[in-house]
Amino acid sequence: MAKLPKPEELSKIDYTPPKTSWMDTPVVFKEGMFCHGSKPKSLDIVGFPNPRDWRPADADWKLPENWKEILLEGIAERLEKYRSFRLFMDICVRCGACADKCHFFIGTGDPKNMPVLRAELIRSVYRKEFTLAGKIFGKMAGARELTLDVLKEWWYYFFQCTECRRCSVFCPYGIDQAEITIIGRELLNLLGLNIEWIAGPVSNCYMKGNHLGLEPHTIVGNLEYMLDDIETVTGKRIKPTFNRKGAEILFVTPSGDLFADPGTYTCMGYLMLFEELGLDYTWSTYASEGGNFGFFTSNEMGKRLNSKIYAEAKRLGVKWILGGECGHMWRVLSQYMDTWNGPADFLEVPKSPITGTVFENAKSMKMVHVAEFTADLIKNNKLKLDPKRNDHLNVTWHDSCNVARGMGMLEEPRYVLKNVVNNFVEMPEDTIREKTFCCGSGTGLNASEDMDLRMKGGFPRANAVKFVHEHYGVNMLANVCAIDRATLKPLMDYWVPGVNVCGLHELVANALVMTGEKERTTDLRGEPLPGIEQKEEKA
Amino acid sequence: MKAIISFIAVLILAAIAYVGVDVLNMQYIFGVVIPYLAVAIFVIFMIVRILKWGSSPNPFRIPTTCGQQKSLPWIKYSKLENPSGVLGVLGRMALEVLFFRSLFRNLKTQLRDDSQLTYGEAKWLWAAGLAFHWSFLIILVRHLRFFTQQVPAAVQLVEMLDSFLQIGVPLLYMTDAVLLGAITYLFLRRIAIPQMRYLSLMNDYFPLFLIFGIALSGVLMRYFLKTDIVSVKMLTMSLVGFSPSIPQNPISVIFYIHLFLICTLFAYFPFSKLVHMAGVFMSPTRVLANTSRVKRHINPWNYPVHVHTYAEYEDDFRDKMKNAGLPVEKE
Amino acid sequence: MIHGNMNLNHYLIEKKSAILKKWFDAVVETYPHETSTFLRKQKAQFTNPVGYTLSEGIEHLFDALLQGMIPDTVSRFLDSIIRIRAIQEFSPSEAVSFIFQLKKVVRQELGKEILGQQGIAEELAVFESAVDDLALFSFDLFMKCREKIYELKANEAKNMTFRLLQQARLIVDNQD
Repeated sequence: MAKLPKPEELSKIDYTPPKTSWMDTPVVFKEGMFCHGSKPKSLDIVGFPNPRDWRPADADWKLPENWKEILLEGIAERLEKYRSFRLFMDICVRCGACADKCHFFIGTGDPKNMPVLRAELIRSVYRKEFTLAGKIFGKMAGARELTLDVLKEWWYYFFQCTECRRCSVFCPYGIDQAEITIIGRELLNLLGLNIEWIAGPVSNCYMKGNHLGLEPHTIVGNLEYMLDDIETVTGKRIKPTFNRKGAEILFVTPSGDLFADPGTYTCMGYLMLFEELGLDYTWSTYASEGGNFGFFTSNEMGKRLNSKIYAEAKRLGVKWILGGECGHMWRVLSQYMDTWNGPADFLEVPKSPITGTVFENAKSMKMVHVAEFTADLIKNNKLKLDPKRNDHLNVTWHDSCNVARGMGMLEEPRYVLKNVVNNFVEMPEDTIREKTFCCGSGTGLNASEDMDLRMKGGFPRANAVKFVHEHYGVNMLANVCAIDRATLKPLMDYWVPGVNVCGLHELVANALVMTGEKERTTDLRGEPLPGIEQKEEKA
Repeated sequence: MKAIISFIAVLILAAIAYVGVDVLNMQYIFGVVIPYLAVAIFVIFMIVRILKWGSSPNPFRIPTTCGQQKSLPWIKYSKLENPSGVLGVLGRMALEVLFFRSLFRNLKTQLRDDSQLTYGEAKWLWAAGLAFHWSFLIILVRHLRFFTQQVPAAVQLVEMLDSFLQIGVPLLYMTDAVLLGAITYLFLRRIAIPQMRYLSLMNDYFPLFLIFGIALSGVLMRYFLKTDIVSVKMLTMSLVGFSPSIPQNPISVIFYIHLFLICTLFAYFPFSKLVHMAGVFMSPTRVLANTSRVKRHINPWNYPVHVHTYAEYEDDFRDKMKNAGLPVEKE
Repeated sequence: MIHGNMNLNHYLIEKKSAILKKWFDAVVETYPHETSTFLRKQKAQFTNPVGYTLSEGIEHLFDALLQGMIPDTVSRFLDSIIRIRAIQEFSPSEAVSFIFQLKKVVRQELGKEILGQQGIAEELAVFESAVDDLALFSFDLFMKCREKIYELKANEAKNMTFRLLQQARLIVDNQD
């Protein structure tokens, strides 16, 4: 019979890491903490290197013979290309201010999830190969050899970072771990070390226009389902157009909104709003993805996928582009798109056809976020709203990382929200706006096999929601991000049962009084509106 | 262990200066040659480092936005936390460099359930960091009296303010005490907090000990082991005038130790994390304004990429598109 | 030192803060050293949710034990602790072992003198049996949490396949 350990032995089990320094502690792959490796087909379609069958937990990663050379050349190239990278390799003083700011560190307690240490994983190799001090003094100068163990460590921890930029907010030099992870993943991509949850959507998006691989007729079909539901709720049949030349506006949203609840409710929200405005706009099946998983593999892939938006706007001859609710989509659009695929000089400066407002802030990139667009509508009194229809909801607002820290859109959605709901509560100050906590599943980590990681990484966010849930009865977590809508739901199911997740425009559409609509008895989800049941009883 | 090695390294450095001057009488080497060499290394390699940073472009405009963007005119935007132009960036950088704004964010007080304000270690990190850097700067300014024939009024003012407590003879400079205190704290937190100890490298301990050694030798020289100040100034002025000579009256060895440690710091500087002094002014997440939607930012190495064009897409799906009633370019 | 005819509860209340401190240390020691000090900064409810939940949780559990296991309190706070430990790579026995630690901590804190007093041993047996109940209960909770994780995983897969099935006629895979 196996010897039974005593409780105190159990609790002091070798979970305590070896006393060796982090440099000498090889990574252990723990189940539930990482995603499946990429399939060869997914890499093949977009021409990524080293397509093959491989499993992250296997000892043999089937790397090319000269993998080390490839990586070192890759680092050298990126040092030349990115001042951020070069600078961030040199100037960190390891003050530790970022250490406990990372949701993955808070949730996992793994010291290598402190942003500073995650960066040191690559910095140590940089010192060894690219600095004089590192070459001479080696380990004493914090330098170490690039070995297979180090490579595996990179892989494990660069896929335990959601590029949320929270650490960067607190760093005295603005060192951005997102930037380091982006480059780290680019390097891994050179060896075909992708995860399927990213590589699959990338190849889908490349060939079919969106991450989910929805083909043109499927997109139309999916929207039809939603139009049926809208008709049930409002009595109105909406007829959106697709790939229509000569429309004034091209509308692009993350494909997640077309596919799964609760994103679909948000999508219904767009449809209803645009219908009510009589907006001259079109959907595109070619540019049917606002998000960009390519951005999570390499700069080049990000650009390749992103190119479709401007190209389609040009082909259709629209005046400007309106973008749906998404997080990383807007980091990419606001900080990369114009640089990658601009100038969009064939478009006009976006001007709301309803209010006449010219969006000077998008003068060059020519794309407006739907929350900006709607905030302007409400400010100009162009919408008839009945926020009482959302009275069964007690809403709090989750700032999505990329929108908050890679764009700064904080007030627009709040303004919209306050006009469409009566019950709105903010979460604690340290957990919102620029200090918002990540959902824990961003940057393509929203697979199922890494559920443990997601639950851990999302815990700081969930904990803040739990607080407002318990103290103020919050039952709805609203946001403007497709990944949030998909991943906060299981996060709430685990940590804060009783809280649901929705997009901003679902709430807008609930409150929106449409001309000629029938008296609504349910919200978009088919749940009875507040006050309806009582009315029926009285009658 | 890393701390002990660093400590010993600084001791050895001090011993080298002691032996070199006191035993081997190499005043000229330690008073003239090494200082020139150290300053030369500092200047040349700092320029090299900065040029190297500068040679890599900022391909993308990636400020970390820490406040409301400038969008609709009726929404108040955060000029300093999310700057939309040069002035905002200057303001943001001033806050960052002069007051360590981002580090300050760390200590934002937290309201507990019982409404008691609790402060964490973060406050001390910010305070000690600020105290350390400011007192270092003031001490540097005070030292200008050794490099100018007529001591500038500004330097005298700084000296006066720094010693306004009027303690001791010679008057105690507050910054001396503050610097030593702050650096002691910065060292202790690296040792005492396990996660800090875990991530600290030799590269972190060595400069702390080195600067501590510099400050300590300076304090010893000023307050305890008297040194011939006039001779010291003769030496420094001769160095500044590029006509170096060792003064007739001997200068005590503690001065040479002080000087040698400073030289080490200068020579070490460009190869260490201390380059953050210059780097902070170039950090793309802080010095770039959030204007990428208003003005096109150019990536100098932007290159054409393979894309899946609409034409190819339509070729793939033409029949399905037609069946779904979608318009196509080619029938 | 002579105490009157104090019962066990009085002693436990008297020594509550010392017991809680030791118990908390025992819980935190199950984490890596680098992490444990971070967890000890218990005051930051939102920036250190794990440490906060643990320290707040064990305090309420202890109170509940003293007051005869108030079911609502027990399930609420035990749940909040176990929910965290269930996803932190502990085995089931590791995850709930901290409950048993309480027995040891209490015995240590009470000391021989008090334990030797008349009637205390019997009361302690009752107390310890309540602790055992807590442990059993936490096994249940642990299993529920793990099941929940698998359910979440399964749901995600199911949602995907459901949609795929729904559109089987519409969707085809990428061509090889």
